[in-house]
Amino acid sequence: MRESLFHQHRKKNTLALIGDKVWTALFWAGSLLIIFLIGCLLFLILGKGLKLMTLDFLIDLPDEIEAGGGIGPFLFNSIYVLVLSLSIAIPMGIGAGIYLAEYAPRNRFTELVRTCVEGLASVPSIVIGLFGYVLFVEYFDVGLTVLGASISLAILNLPILTRVTEEAISMVPQELREASLALGATKAQTIVRVVLPSALNGILTGISLTACRAFGESAVILLAGGSSTSGFMWDFNLLSQGGTLPVHLWYIQSEALVEDAKEIADKSAAVMVLTILFLSFIIRLPIWIRERRFNR
Amino acid sequence: MEKIISNTTNLLKNPLLITKASFNKNYIKNHLFRFYSLLSVLLLGFILLMILFFIGKTGILVFKEVSLADFFFSLNWEPYEDHYGAGVFILGTLALTTLTFLIAVPISLVMAIFSAEIAPIWLRNLVRPILDLLVGIPSIVYGYLGITILVPFIREVTGTSIGEGLLAAAIVLTIMVLPTITRISDDAISAVSQDFREASYALGSTRLQMIFKVLLPAAKQGIITGVILGMARAIGETMAVVMVIGNTAILPANLYSPTSVLTSNIVMEILNVQYDSTWNYALYMMAFLLLLISLVLIFIIRKLRVKGV
Repeated sequence: MRESLFHQHRKKNTLALIGDKVWTALFWAGSLLIIFLIGCLLFLILGKGLKLMTLDFLIDLPDEIEAGGGIGPFLFNSIYVLVLSLSIAIPMGIGAGIYLAEYAPRNRFTELVRTCVEGLASVPSIVIGLFGYVLFVEYFDVGLTVLGASISLAILNLPILTRVTEEAISMVPQELREASLALGATKAQTIVRVVLPSALNGILTGISLTACRAFGESAVILLAGGSSTSGFMWDFNLLSQGGTLPVHLWYIQSEALVEDAKEIADKSAAVMVLTILFLSFIIRLPIWIRERRFNR
Repeated sequence: MEKIISNTTNLLKNPLLITKASFNKNYIKNHLFRFYSLLSVLLLGFILLMILFFIGKTGILVFKEVSLADFFFSLNWEPYEDHYGAGVFILGTLALTTLTFLIAVPISLVMAIFSAEIAPIWLRNLVRPILDLLVGIPSIVYGYLGITILVPFIREVTGTSIGEGLLAAAIVLTIMVLPTITRISDDAISAVSQDFREASYALGSTRLQMIFKVLLPAAKQGIITGVILGMARAIGETMAVVMVIGNTAILPANLYSPTSVLTSNIVMEILNVQYDSTWNYALYMMAFLLLLISLVLIFIIRKLRVKGV
């Protein structure tokens, strides 16, 4: 006996239902596995390094030959370069973002500029490092410096900040602008006093992501800042070598002769991940405080 | 103080009267601000041009001594004997990107679909910050984990003595591009109109059928953008790759024998060569190649977006 169309259809439906259940289970399993692996990864990095961590390690000078050296100058340089590069990139990036979101007319020139921003955002970090190398080491002839590292890093961050700012600003409702303009404010006043404050959440999140990325960047620093430091702490000289913690980890892993290289590397990795956690926390703190206040 | 009071009284008498001085000041400030923001955006474009110019200008010099065909197609990279064939590195980059694509895209899509459609809200709110955190972890840390954990593991499983190579690099890169692809695809899937889902359910489809036949096609453009951005990151990634790829300028016999890619070779050799040498020019040409590849990828993304709208 031939099965009726209805029965065939029902069979197909049952199959589809079973398939749905099976696939849902697979999606759950796959995703939980990945989340579990990511958790393991974080635990591994932090666990291995934090066990041995001491405060001295963070501020001591590194030692080329004997065990027990610290990472002081490298950690200092990391923060110094990060602050310098952000203070160059943030005003420029936000300015460019404001232009693209508020002023840019819809024409070919704007399209070209936007392509440039996205193009610059996709330039591999090693190419920006090489650019920094050509500019500062060959062209200006200042050698591998903190200054060169900061400016090259700022170039890496600029397009990301621009895009984040543009996105955050274009989320601001049009009514806010109109209300401000209707009260007699100029366009600049509107942007600075109304649009930017309401876009602040998005911009801060963007800055925090950028800061994390900049803190961990190594290819740019290696080529434009070098792999060592001036060798003593609290050196604010812009023209001393600009090696940072990520570069130091690379150096330790590949070339160092110290016997406790492995331990230093483990601890440096943990310090970096902790700093990233701290950075993303501290920059987003104002957002949480604002949200809290609004919710009450 | 007195001036403010007099201004206020003036304003009270005639609300439309704004003192000429303050009007001028605001007018100038308004224009200065506009000028400032225009200037910063122009600076961005200028920087890109400068990068293209400097890298290209230095790189092009390699063709004074090496023929085009030799540079792109020769597999012989022996700088000490004046053989500058970048073919190995170009093939290496292609192979590594393909392998990363094959591993990373399915995993990222599973994650994206899971967090956009299947996961309960609390889990979704947990997944997204974790992915953000993964983006933040320095690439050098990934490389370090790769060399200390992944490579010994590969060595043990495959029984080779080295273990560094394409497979290790592709796995490390997968972890690095996973958040990029997942977040963008997740956003694209979440942005698909709720009506589509309801229409699909109303026609009697299961959730799975809805996801594969309605959601994914509708979010296709965003997903492709995410994948291209992820691959751009994989092509340009340097420090994580340099630690696990082995850094020898030969074609690998298998997935777990050492080789080299464009980025890793540049960073390994650039600090030790003379600036005015063909060797150095060849490295700059390789960087220029990377630059062009990433610009072309961005161009494709932009074309996609225009076509989609």
